[in-house]
Amino acid sequence: MSLIKNFLLEFGSYLILMKDAFKKPQNMHIFRRQILHEMEALGVNSIPIVCVISVFVGAAVVIQMILNLENPIYPSWIYGYASRKALILEFAPTVISLILAGKCASMIASEIGSQKISEQIDAMEVMGVNTANYLILPKIFACFIFFPLLIILSIFIGLIGGGFGGMANGLSAFHYVEGIRLEFTTYDVIYAMVKTAVNALIISSIASYRGYTMVGGSVEVGIQSTKAVVQSSVAIMIFNLLMTNLFF
Amino acid sequence: MIEIKNISKSFEGRQVLKNINIQFAKGKCNLIIGQSGSGKTVLMKTLVGLHSPDEGEVMFSNRVFNKMTITQQIDVRKDMGMVFQAGALFDSMNIEENVMFPIRMFQRTSRAKMLDQVNVCLERVNLKGINNMMPSELSGGMKKRVAIARAIAAKPKYLFCDEPNSGLDPQTSILIDELISDITHEYNITTIINTHDMNSVVEIGERIYYLHHGELWWQGDNKNVLNSDNKELNDFIFCTSLTKKIKEKNGNK
Repeated sequence: MSLIKNFLLEFGSYLILMKDAFKKPQNMHIFRRQILHEMEALGVNSIPIVCVISVFVGAAVVIQMILNLENPIYPSWIYGYASRKALILEFAPTVISLILAGKCASMIASEIGSQKISEQIDAMEVMGVNTANYLILPKIFACFIFFPLLIILSIFIGLIGGGFGGMANGLSAFHYVEGIRLEFTTYDVIYAMVKTAVNALIISSIASYRGYTMVGGSVEVGIQSTKAVVQSSVAIMIFNLLMTNLFF
Repeated sequence: MIEIKNISKSFEGRQVLKNINIQFAKGKCNLIIGQSGSGKTVLMKTLVGLHSPDEGEVMFSNRVFNKMTITQQIDVRKDMGMVFQAGALFDSMNIEENVMFPIRMFQRTSRAKMLDQVNVCLERVNLKGINNMMPSELSGGMKKRVAIARAIAAKPKYLFCDEPNSGLDPQTSILIDELISDITHEYNITTIINTHDMNSVVEIGERIYYLHHGELWWQGDNKNVLNSDNKELNDFIFCTSLTKKIKEKNGNK
């Protein structure tokens, strides 16, 4: 019972914080600069890890397809086709979002948490700054704008990785590309983008909440950062299920 | 003018502030003194709105601050500057950006004018030419001076300092005290300082408020603080060997 009560209390204070965060910025010029800064910190700096994970995931998916669909009745384009579906619908938006949850959620929670315990947030409050808006909203906007771009990159790199994996296992490039292009529908990409945008909101808002409501010392920074990663990962999986049911 | 009326504040059933009434002197250095845990920091955070009181009123220029809307509070806060115990400098920004922050946030002015204002403030705290340094590169005393420069950058009417000379050597403490006192009179700011530094009490305490277990126990100024017959205040002030010897020496004269 107390678990439910605690959850409702936390969820209530999360909504109140988001209400404060989603207000008109006090200085639009600073807000725009903050978004660009956060895009670099949370988005551009995530490109290397996204590329590395995507190329290996793409290759592994195609190799698994080849090994598990080894039957003369299957057409040779099936490997490219099935890999494309798997990468666009699940691997890129969900797996990469989980990777980004690990990287960005811990970064956001520890950054805001450190500012909280060193009284930097109090200092801004006393100056008259809406700190929830100043600190949180640019992070949410940056993730919301940049994560879908990362997922497009991830799909692209994943398919290239898959091509290399397939060719290393005897799949011809022609049949792989034929499979990738076969019955391509933009609906799949839209679904992936919507899912990523929701995941971006989940990661940035939960991590910001964990950092902003931090009380205590440096030990608490680690605890709250871990909570930010765990809670945003669980929320991503729950919303993944809900959206899969909603879209298909 | 800042005034607090019947302020009480509790945390988890423990009463930290008990029915405090103070009218702070305008344009002067007002010192809140007391032992650790006496409620000084809670009182200061209540004054600036970081804590809301359970009972009572915090008044700025005869307006009840703690019952204002957030927007009204933000307007009053634009007239406040605060120096935190550890400086609370923004560690992702350099010194120039730190001092410029309150100006850039709320004033529509050119970058050149903002930079001029930053340089005036840094020069005022004797830290000319450190604009591009990061807070992590500064000593404790320099951090406090940058925090003072940032606090006065937006030309506030009220300056709050939470233990501005804690963790500093005696000579740097004196410099910080003199700086705060000079700035208070130069800019006609109402300054409220939390401290348990006896030198500050004697040197810059134009009004002194002694808190004891969350209650306002004594008030006066630096001329009568050493001659008070209040037992708790005397126990607090004359607890070190140095202050005891000074008292004995004065008593023998």
